Amino acid sequence: MTNHSSFPRRREPRFLLGWVPACAGMTICLLLASPTFADSDLPAARWANQQLPDARQEAQAKALMEELRCLVCQGQSIADSDAELAGDMRALVRQRIAAGERPEQVRSWLIERYGNWVSYRPPVEPVTWPLWLAPILLLLAGGWLLRKRLVRRRG
Amino acid sequence: MSRLLRFLPLLVLAAFVAAVAWRLGKPAEEEIRSQLVGQPVPAFALAPALPGRAALASSDLASGQPRMINVFASWCVPCIAEAPLLMELKRQGVTIDAVAVRDRPEDIAAFLARHGDPFDRIGSDPESRLQLALGSSGVPESFIVDGRGIIRYQHMGPIEPDDLPAIMREWEAAR
Repeated sequence: MTNHSSFPRRREPRFLLGWVPACAGMTICLLLASPTFADSDLPAARWANQQLPDARQEAQAKALMEELRCLVCQGQSIADSDAELAGDMRALVRQRIAAGERPEQVRSWLIERYGNWVSYRPPVEPVTWPLWLAPILLLLAGGWLLRKRLVRRRG
Repeated sequence: MSRLLRFLPLLVLAAFVAAVAWRLGKPAEEEIRSQLVGQPVPAFALAPALPGRAALASSDLASGQPRMINVFASWCVPCIAEAPLLMELKRQGVTIDAVAVRDRPEDIAAFLARHGDPFDRIGSDPESRLQLALGSSGVPESFIVDGRGIIRYQHMGPIEPDDLPAIMREWEAAR
């Protein structure tokens, strides 16, 4: 958090004299401080950042990891996230695929635990019909508008 | 008709702005609850997190008596705030087992020596596998498992003094 009240309102030379060491001191403090959101010291899980030897399995795992949502840094996929839990999820995906599971089995194992939220690929079910229909309806609406305009021009 | 159509874009914009304003005022729930509440605990067997200390397995949980599983870590700052409340729950008769996520025995021992040790069994989960199997998305979290091994309750984040009555209610209900 920045403390706005300590910022000098007017730029006077005397203020500047104190400002430089204050800035240096703050920088040192920031460099020395440890973040409050701690991570463990343990190294990443074996398959978190290491590709599977079988290229086909690795491709399957990678495609799935890009469609699974990170639990701690919501909005990123586990393929993109640096969070430890995302690393452990990548290891889980690779271990299960290396053990012969199909990607969809791994996905549904996670959905059983975290709900559809964890997958970036929404299932086709009544609740999500608007989501799947919207692009088609919008394209049709666009085509209809365009057609009206073209017809009018010709006329 | 075309007059009305002329206002359609404005109406769409107004609806969009209203939707965004509503969501800004009432942010979406960010907690991802485990879908396993009401389901049996998945089968697991963890190694002991401390030498000489009882480990934790799913077979320990269907013992006829409810148990609480506390997912914690020595590197987790909110877990320090939660520690005295776990001691209080133990005092009130709650049996608490622990899952130490991504942790080292010496760090766990130091944490328990400093902040109290309310735990019966402590299992080690070095790659967050049990955490993922439970549908837990962070530390600390606590689950109440009934005597038949069914997960009855999930508490996300550190337990705070205000949470104790609700947790004791769930504990009594699981008996």
